[in-house]
Amino acid sequence: MPAPIRLRELIRTIRTARTQAEEREMIQKECAAIRSSFREEDNTYRCRNVAKLLYMHMLGYPAHFGQLECLKLIASQKFTDKRIGYLGAMLLLDERQDVHLLMTNCIKNDLNHSTQYVQGLALCTLGCMGSSEMCRDLAGEVEKLLKTSNSYLRKKAALCAVHVIRKVPELMEMFLPATKNLLSEKNHGVLHTSVVLLTEMCERSPDMLAHFRKLVPQLVRILKNLIMSGYSPEHDVSGISDPFLQVRILRLLRILGKGDDDSSEAMNDILAQVATNTETSKNVGNAILYETVLTIMDIKSESGLRVLAINILGRFLLNNDKNIRYVALTSLLKTVQTDHNAVQRHRSTIVDCLKDLDVSIKRRAMELSFALVNGNNIRGMMKELLYFLDSCDPEFKADCASGVFLAAEKYAPSKRWHIDTIMRVLTTAGSYVRDDSVPNLIQLITNSVEMHAYTVQRLYKALLDDISQQPLVQVASWCIGEYGDLLVSGQCEEEEPIQVTEDEVLDVLEGLLVSNLSTPVTRGYALTAIMKLSTRFTSVNRIKKVVSIYGSSIDVELQQRAVEYNALFKKYDHMRPALLERMPIMEKTASNGPTEIVQTNGEAEPSVVEAKHPPPVTQPTNQANDLLDLLGGNDVVPVIQTTVPTKPASAGGELLDLLGDLSLSGIPPMTAYNKNGLKIDFTFERANPNPNIAVITIHASNSTEADMTDFVFQAAVPKTFQLQLLSPSSNVVPTLNQGTVTQVIRVLNPQKQQLRMRIKLTYTHKGSAVQDLAEVNNFPPQSWQ
Amino acid sequence: MFALVANQKVVIDWPCFWVVLGGSFLPRGVYTVLLFKMQFMLLFSRQGKLRLQKWYVPLSDKEKKKITRELVQTVLARKPKMCSFLEWRDLKIVYKRYASLYFCCAIEDQDNELITLEIIHRYVELLDKYFGSVCELDIIFNFEKAYFILDEFLLGGEAQETSKKNVLKAIEQADLLQEEAETPRSVLEEIGLT
Repeated sequence: MPAPIRLRELIRTIRTARTQAEEREMIQKECAAIRSSFREEDNTYRCRNVAKLLYMHMLGYPAHFGQLECLKLIASQKFTDKRIGYLGAMLLLDERQDVHLLMTNCIKNDLNHSTQYVQGLALCTLGCMGSSEMCRDLAGEVEKLLKTSNSYLRKKAALCAVHVIRKVPELMEMFLPATKNLLSEKNHGVLHTSVVLLTEMCERSPDMLAHFRKLVPQLVRILKNLIMSGYSPEHDVSGISDPFLQVRILRLLRILGKGDDDSSEAMNDILAQVATNTETSKNVGNAILYETVLTIMDIKSESGLRVLAINILGRFLLNNDKNIRYVALTSLLKTVQTDHNAVQRHRSTIVDCLKDLDVSIKRRAMELSFALVNGNNIRGMMKELLYFLDSCDPEFKADCASGVFLAAEKYAPSKRWHIDTIMRVLTTAGSYVRDDSVPNLIQLITNSVEMHAYTVQRLYKALLDDISQQPLVQVASWCIGEYGDLLVSGQCEEEEPIQVTEDEVLDVLEGLLVSNLSTPVTRGYALTAIMKLSTRFTSVNRIKKVVSIYGSSIDVELQQRAVEYNALFKKYDHMRPALLERMPIMEKTASNGPTEIVQTNGEAEPSVVEAKHPPPVTQPTNQANDLLDLLGGNDVVPVIQTTVPTKPASAGGELLDLLGDLSLSGIPPMTAYNKNGLKIDFTFERANPNPNIAVITIHASNSTEADMTDFVFQAAVPKTFQLQLLSPSSNVVPTLNQGTVTQVIRVLNPQKQQLRMRIKLTYTHKGSAVQDLAEVNNFPPQSWQ
Repeated sequence: MFALVANQKVVIDWPCFWVVLGGSFLPRGVYTVLLFKMQFMLLFSRQGKLRLQKWYVPLSDKEKKKITRELVQTVLARKPKMCSFLEWRDLKIVYKRYASLYFCCAIEDQDNELITLEIIHRYVELLDKYFGSVCELDIIFNFEKAYFILDEFLLGGEAQETSKKNVLKAIEQADLLQEEAETPRSVLEEIGLT
């Protein structure tokens, strides 16, 4: 059989292939040849074949059939074989395949080989891809080599130990003795890898960290020598002596000094020295300065040092090298929370970075700018940020818009400014704002009562210009529907009122309905707006016509709305004014606010829908007056209406409020006791943040004709629970269910056992004292699970 | 997808199961804490052809291919004026173009990007010294040597030797050893004794 072709020849041949197909053909042919050569157990050319295989593997072709061959090469005595064999192992094998374990014995032998380069190969392979099993088996050998005087091997053993520790953390202890003299080494390679090893150990174990803190003076000395020593050709990089080692030492110092006053003080001077003396003209000097800054910010450094660090970052921001600017922005972002004032000083430079050409830098600058916005600089910052919003890439617009809204909400100097800012965002980046901005904005506008006329006028003008940006159109339609009367009456105080007729307004809204640019959601907004104007405008007939047309719309949502509105015109015309009257100020619900207002597609419409619900519920009962009597009055409609403003705008919440607020947390309420006219209901809540605590509110009601006075409720729970009883609302349970006594119980149930309770009730009723004991076993599972 | 362990320092002495966001590629029962680590280094041409791949984390061939493909695309799409760093998935990518080759390293969150640039530069210098004015063809035809040099400079993603001279000396010696190993054989072959 002819000798297999050489590696270089194969590479040359494959590169002559003009098409992918041609290449594939060549590769397949060669692979077949290699396979048969492997089958023949040819020792001579195995190395050459595996090397070729590795080349083909890099091109993307499968090479798994070479895995065992790599193992055979490793086992060979020839150095060439071992070299290629270990390389192949690192490229083709990984710990997911069991076959890699076959390497373990070879590596073990090679770790004890007489030639240091063979030992080096073994250490390198183990340190690069050793699995946990291999590491466990070979850790002892590595530890031995860590103590050798051969620096070539010692440095490799140190990094191999790092890998072992990463894979099998429990083995960390066994390397401790060997670390004793590592830092006294003169050899930079050993020093560097030792520092890496020490860093790894300190990061993983607080005991190790405490143990190695005593090394701080030694590390400071080594660093000092590096800085002060003269030119050393072997380790010099652009005039700096061994920057890799310097950076590593700085990093270890950071870990050792963090949270520890003494260590931080011991390194104060050297950090100041490095910070002031390092040459900044080249990247290498800046790399060291960067690490120094990170260290200063993390340890307990004096304020002077911290200011020095931030100033370095400030200088970085002005550097021509964009990499340095990027790094500065990243670090400033990390420190802006803790050293806010210091970072503020560099605000203008940061804002300038918004105009940088590099995407990564722009993003960092944007994030940092938002972090720096406060009550004092809001106007200026917002100008810059809005300018940025105008011109930035689409990928930024959503985040920037959200940031602007948030900042405006927090720091707006005036309502008019706030609304102007929102308008600006909507008109420039309108299609990128998030869905939940629409209800948020509507809520904001509703609450700025004195700005209604101004807002609706501006929004109207914006609509005349552009109806393509849906969030803008939705907010505008909603406002026109709500405040259209202000619009046509020309009442604006803030700016020159525009003259617009009802027909013009309706033209615009109808335009939205027919435009191809409007989404179904937007059409819904428009239709509802038109409907609302029926109570604000005089030209009702036109509105009636529009609404009836859409009663046969293909869009189901539109059709339903139109049909309901039609019904309002016909059968329920007497209700129309009440239903469509001005929205009350909405309470902003806590963080869940937007999602509670929003039901679908970011619409704020549910709030209008809610206003519709209560009246229809009571309208039928208007006819059944006896029910109304029970509720204590003939005049039910006003009662319902006044409850609408005070409840948060939450569709689900509205209905539940009508039902008496019984179920707040999804855990159903229960009746714990019901005897002799005394009824005790339990309602449940989960206490945040501790889910093991159940908060139970008892509601005691009395259906007899006499009050129950001196009412005392007591409860006992099994030993695994803990109970806390808060004060009751009163100790008189009024007669005839005219009121309830409430009391809050907090039950801690860490073992999540089934909740059981024994209750004791004492009260005075019709002159006699009553006492009763009862067991409560019917707790719903959700209350204790 | 392959992702990093969460950016939290968890200092404990017993092994724990650490579920990584987006799916773990590290075997369960092992957790990594340290956030200073080079995960991989890739060398590729301007046409996107891979010239060297060194992985310091265990991944399947399929995952490696996917990562390579996506990252190569991302880096090649960068304009020349952009900075050398980009955020990609959970990693920081540091890349630099030398002539027709892109040198691309993936480092973890806490790592110093600027010193990584120096590491890349050091590797290029080593290649340059070894091959004498190195060009892409040298790396294509002598890819195994490029690996050997890298493995004398970095181990497990960390620099093992900070002296250029020492790295080159070690390679030189190892090459000599290889030559010695080969010569006797061919002599014996010549006189027909194998």
